Amino acid sequence: MAFIEIQNVSKSFRSGNTSRGVLKNVNLSVDEGEFVSIAGFTGSGKSTLLNMLGLLDKPDRGIYRLAGIETTELGEERRAKLRREQIGFVFQSFHLISRLSAQENIELPMLLEGVVPRERQRLAREVMERLSLADRAHHQPGQLSGGQRQRVAIARAIVMRPSLLLADEPTGNLDSHSGGEAMALLEELNRSGITLLMVTHDPSLGGRARRRIRMADGKITADASDDDARR
Amino acid sequence: MRAADLLHFSAQTLARQRSRGIMILCAMGLGVAAVLALTALGEGARGYVMNEFTSIGKNILVMMPGRKQTTGGMPPVTGSAARDITLEEAYLLPRRISAIEEAVPLIIGSARVSYNERGRQVTALGTTSVFLELRHLSLTLGNNLPAGDFRRAGGDAIIGEKLKQALFDARPALGEFIRIGDSRFRVVGVLGGRGDAMGMDLSDAVIIPVAAAQRLFNVSGLFRVMMSLRDGYAVADVKKRIEIAMQSFHQGELDVTIVSPDSMMATFDNILIAMTLAVGAIGAISLLVAGVLIMNVMLISVSQRTREIGLLKALGASSSDIMRVFLTEAMLMTGAGAFVGVVVGLLLVWSGRLAFPDIPFHTPLWALFTAVAVALLTGLAFSWLPARRASLLQPVDALQKP
Repeated sequence: MAFIEIQNVSKSFRSGNTSRGVLKNVNLSVDEGEFVSIAGFTGSGKSTLLNMLGLLDKPDRGIYRLAGIETTELGEERRAKLRREQIGFVFQSFHLISRLSAQENIELPMLLEGVVPRERQRLAREVMERLSLADRAHHQPGQLSGGQRQRVAIARAIVMRPSLLLADEPTGNLDSHSGGEAMALLEELNRSGITLLMVTHDPSLGGRARRRIRMADGKITADASDDDARR
Repeated sequence: MRAADLLHFSAQTLARQRSRGIMILCAMGLGVAAVLALTALGEGARGYVMNEFTSIGKNILVMMPGRKQTTGGMPPVTGSAARDITLEEAYLLPRRISAIEEAVPLIIGSARVSYNERGRQVTALGTTSVFLELRHLSLTLGNNLPAGDFRRAGGDAIIGEKLKQALFDARPALGEFIRIGDSRFRVVGVLGGRGDAMGMDLSDAVIIPVAAAQRLFNVSGLFRVMMSLRDGYAVADVKKRIEIAMQSFHQGELDVTIVSPDSMMATFDNILIAMTLAVGAIGAISLLVAGVLIMNVMLISVSQRTREIGLLKALGASSSDIMRVFLTEAMLMTGAGAFVGVVVGLLLVWSGRLAFPDIPFHTPLWALFTAVAVALLTGLAFSWLPARRASLLQPVDALQKP
């Protein structure tokens, strides 16, 4: 069975009296360890799809199975727990909490999980070591460069060893050098086994994914894979 | 989230938003301090009044003619044509009932007192030499009325300070003869201080032997008989025995009322406790005002931190986690405010005591605990809505907020 299984998922947003369909009968299945990029114009539904995959949003209709678990029927607490344990988010604008140090930001998911401080610190140092952030542990986000901030955010996303990493325009706020570094880091994580879904409108970035999905008007209009091409 | 982490996280947040914290701290602190100070004021007033009452004496019974079923208050001044309590009966009571140490008869009237051409209408009190001691009054000059059998009318008088001034100015009054009504009295003593008790201003009064007062006002009945009791007797028992004795004097009819200042004191005490509660409640209103402030500040905080809430949810915080984060913050601020309030309140009470040593200000313990409890509850209640609003934020919308 596929790691991510989406069947006939629909979602619409109401504004006033009119309701606008953002996702229309979307079907998608992603295997464990895949690297998928999702491209499309603003309003194509790509961000909504990502939020849905991250359990931040619920579909109006349809089924979403993550690692074999049917999530649409789950309660709030269970979904929160799944987010903590299975999913890491990387955002365009980093979303670091400015009053906390880099290390404290990285510890946040473990704080929510209730991991004891000693263990938290050990795991945070480990991941900071891996991402060459060890000397920035006690810096506030304001004292870090954009690239470093995104590395802290990525460290935070993977510190709980999730199986799914969701990235929303992860290089959108970075210069090309830092952006390239962040991208390389995400690819490296994907090679180590983590499933990576990335929303981007940048074709050069999207092109680095082995599977490229294109969305328009709430539907998946193209789904191309390097494996298909080879075949 | 672990409780310790929750506390640490909230403390970190508050440290970064000092003005917000200080505002709530001040509001709560003022509220708690107000409750403490106001109840201390009420308690001080109560203590003061109770002290005044105690000066009447503890082991004292007061008997008056007429019957009224009541625990306190004043007996009918007019009405019920009761039999008089005579001087003879007052004389006999301590001799019949060993529990009574002294019986002090009392007659009150108004008489014109004059010396040479100066005269003045004042209160004349007919009583015995024991009266002064019983009421904790003291003389500044001269002597008390002569002790001995109070059934004999003497010609001695004690005058109050104010009356002395009015009649004699600075001249010596002791030994001088004054005229009260139609009789001549010799001034033997001058009453010191205000000499004010039970609503009577004794500084503008004259005290004469009870038998002389009977003659002066041409009455046979007594206004009151005050009785001091020996230690070791139950007040209720003695009261019963006096009633039986009076019944035997009055051909089997019980037509006197005996009250103890203790029971009057109890009535007053209740009234004053109610007053303390009332002023305390007024103080508690300021706690509610502080609560509204908390709600506003927390609502602002929630809207300022919408992105953070979204992020925490994305990182796996559940709604109840978010709720706990905000409630903890509110409770930390409220708790600190309550603590500061207690310190400030107690300081206020302490300085009040320094400024007015006569009034025994003190905050009752129940008021302290109630104030702190109400403060914490208010903080919890009024931060509930903002915390709930935060917890219900949709993570997607929250994250996308600019």
